Amino acid sequence: MSANIHAVVSDDVALSVRGLTVSLPTGMERSHAVKDISFDLKRGQILCVIGESGSGKSVTANTIMGLLPKMIAVTGGSITLDGREIVGIGPEELRSLRGRVVSMIFQDPLSALNPLMTVGAQIDEAMQAHGIGTPTSRRERALELLTEVGLPEPEVMYHQYPFRLSGGQRQRVMIAMALALEPSILIADEPTTALDVTTQAQILELIRDIQRRKNMSVMFITHDFGVVAEIADSVVVMEKGHVVEQGSAQDVLKTPKHPYTKRLIAAVPHLTGKDRVPLQTISTGPVLKVENLVKTYRSGSKLFGKQRVVQAVREVSFELAPGRTLGVVGESGSGKSSLGRLLTKLMVSDGGRILFEDRDVAPLSEAEFRPTRQRIQMIFQDPFASLNPRATIGRILTVGPIAHGMAPAVAREEARAMLDLVGLDAGAIGRYPHEFSGGQRQRIGIARALMFKPKLLVADEAVSALDVSIQAQILQLLDKIQRETGVSMVFITHDLRVASQICDEIAVMQHGRIVEMGPPSQIFLNPQAAYTRELVAAIPGERPTGMAPVAVAAEP
Amino acid sequence: MTTLTVNQAPLSWWQSRVMRRFMSHRLALLGLVMISTLTLICIVGPWLLPYDSLYIDLRARFAPPMTGEHYLGTDPLGRDIAARLFMAGRISLLVGFIAMILATLVGTLVGVIAGYRGGWISAVLMRTVDGFLSYPSIFLLLALSAALKPSPMMITVIIAITGWMEVARIVEAEVRSLKEREFVLAGRMLGLSRAHIMFREILPNVTGPIIVAATLTVARAILLEAYVSFLGFGIQPPLPSWGNMLNGAQQYLATAPWLAIIPGIAITVAVSSFNFIGDGLRDALDVRNDGG
Repeated sequence: MSANIHAVVSDDVALSVRGLTVSLPTGMERSHAVKDISFDLKRGQILCVIGESGSGKSVTANTIMGLLPKMIAVTGGSITLDGREIVGIGPEELRSLRGRVVSMIFQDPLSALNPLMTVGAQIDEAMQAHGIGTPTSRRERALELLTEVGLPEPEVMYHQYPFRLSGGQRQRVMIAMALALEPSILIADEPTTALDVTTQAQILELIRDIQRRKNMSVMFITHDFGVVAEIADSVVVMEKGHVVEQGSAQDVLKTPKHPYTKRLIAAVPHLTGKDRVPLQTISTGPVLKVENLVKTYRSGSKLFGKQRVVQAVREVSFELAPGRTLGVVGESGSGKSSLGRLLTKLMVSDGGRILFEDRDVAPLSEAEFRPTRQRIQMIFQDPFASLNPRATIGRILTVGPIAHGMAPAVAREEARAMLDLVGLDAGAIGRYPHEFSGGQRQRIGIARALMFKPKLLVADEAVSALDVSIQAQILQLLDKIQRETGVSMVFITHDLRVASQICDEIAVMQHGRIVEMGPPSQIFLNPQAAYTRELVAAIPGERPTGMAPVAVAAEP
Repeated sequence: MTTLTVNQAPLSWWQSRVMRRFMSHRLALLGLVMISTLTLICIVGPWLLPYDSLYIDLRARFAPPMTGEHYLGTDPLGRDIAARLFMAGRISLLVGFIAMILATLVGTLVGVIAGYRGGWISAVLMRTVDGFLSYPSIFLLLALSAALKPSPMMITVIIAITGWMEVARIVEAEVRSLKEREFVLAGRMLGLSRAHIMFREILPNVTGPIIVAATLTVARAILLEAYVSFLGFGIQPPLPSWGNMLNGAQQYLATAPWLAIIPGIAITVAVSSFNFIGDGLRDALDVRNDGG
């Protein structure tokens, strides 16, 4: 692929990577983090580097910033920044380039900001480190930057600590810091992955806006083709450390050539807007009926008059028929995860009724509820945290049934059957979770939930931590399981595209309330509530074609 | 649906990352070799020597090391120092180990319960820990051994009483962070009992810090036993311990320095070995050190 790119470093190229090879220490799963990759970032353009986790996209960014860990070394190729070769130059020279010529924003703005410094002080520090300006001029510049990234009340914001800001505001602060020295190149490493859809849309808008205003060059790393469709001028697709395809955004998105690109694009969940064909079930009334469910968090103490009251779930009511899936969507803080925990009684509700198979389980104590637990199971978000690292897969799957009185030998047989059902080799039974990939672990988590043959599955962001292609597989698996076992599902997600794939009905939550509920066709094509419309509009890469952002200059 | 297989062969324990890292820690390895050697000598040594630890040879009092068959010399009563050192080692190491086991058991139990249950149970348990910690342990040790009849078992229990709090604190903090992890929620989801979750799901994940704390507790226990015995409140003569051997040596520091030097070296070797091992284990078990 790199053959058709000529090794010319002209003025219109801001960043040029040629034959870059970065080696990994021996004993890792492959010998190179990236191998012989070449691409150009043209001046005043946005280049998206896309790939799944482990494809080497972040290593590439860190190499350009000179931020590689010591044990990982550049073993070949060159990187030219603004006409200057940076492979092999000293750390001091590199430091002077960092921030001034090239600057970076990170995925998690909370961990990238110093929690003990005010926003203003951090922006000031970025300039001071390069010996720029006087305290007064730096302060003015910082305020200017805060205004520029669209933060309200820059004067107030200047004196705030990061923990007081929302995720989107923190990311804006990060962008302000990155812009402090007016770099000509900005590297953004998954800057919107940790954000809600509406916030993501705003940040993407901001990055595009700033890029155009300052004629900056942006290298944008992402795993989401929706984001690519939204902002990219050109695209580099990476797989396992190799560049497999590159070209203009339109070419790659419309006519992908490499099978990997095709697979990635095909795996992107799209808003279907179509309703699911419901399963044929003998209708015997709802398996779950929730009435006026309430959860209120109280923190601080009454005694000292500083009690904070947050109403996480307010008066939520819905019904779920057997074999159906209810999607619960909303931004973080909308109360959707709290709802999931209430339904599974991992958390005690403060009011309302949870009728599971016509019995109110809300007031039951843990001991009274235990027999019913088997029929309400949960799939967790984080495939790395949800399996006990010190237990074998066999134990993880059988410990529950054995605790409920199943004979160990029978439980083991069940576990084998269940592993087969979720598409894993039965030989996995003696292995430990760390030997599996994220997608495989999520399959194990699903198998664990199915061991009891539950009537209701609550999936809390069950695919959010996975790569798109794996996401699609897990969604297919859940669909298959539902068809085979007739289990009902409550599918909690922040990703409307995912919800549209698997749900019969969708409930949109905001501030603890269900603001709208209906089939996907209504939610996505004809949303009634203003908030739903806002959410749907914010989905990246899903605008009607006429409205798609036009690439600034689509190179031939 | 395609069947996904795992093609990575499982590693045996001695090939594991922790083991490899421990083995590459030079000091820890040295500690392991030293303490193994010392323990072995203390166990088999007394049978190989011609003298019993209590045999008094009045003609050979104050014999310096390498006199005849008294390889390490004799004490003021003419008892063979090598024999006494090994017997004392058995007692000192045993006291250290048993005290460590007791302290670790109590500390782990308190820490797991306090960490997992939270609320008033945690408050009561952890304030008890604070109470014990705020009492000067040496003073407690001396007071208790002066009040009670200081048998080796009693000394061990007393040392354990003053040493369980650190383990409790470490375990409590670890458990408190682990109980928020999703696999613990998953355990609750499966309807596992509280005890099952605490001791079979969470506890195995805390073994690393517990082992490290236990190693350092042995070192501390050996040192404390030596300290108390040196002050005359610990293991009582004629039963030898490294501490009371030092006690007997203090009058003769100028004339027979080996009386103090030899048990002193034994204590130093034992304590520093355990500390080295503890350091090595801490580095090996710390996942955050990956790639450093």
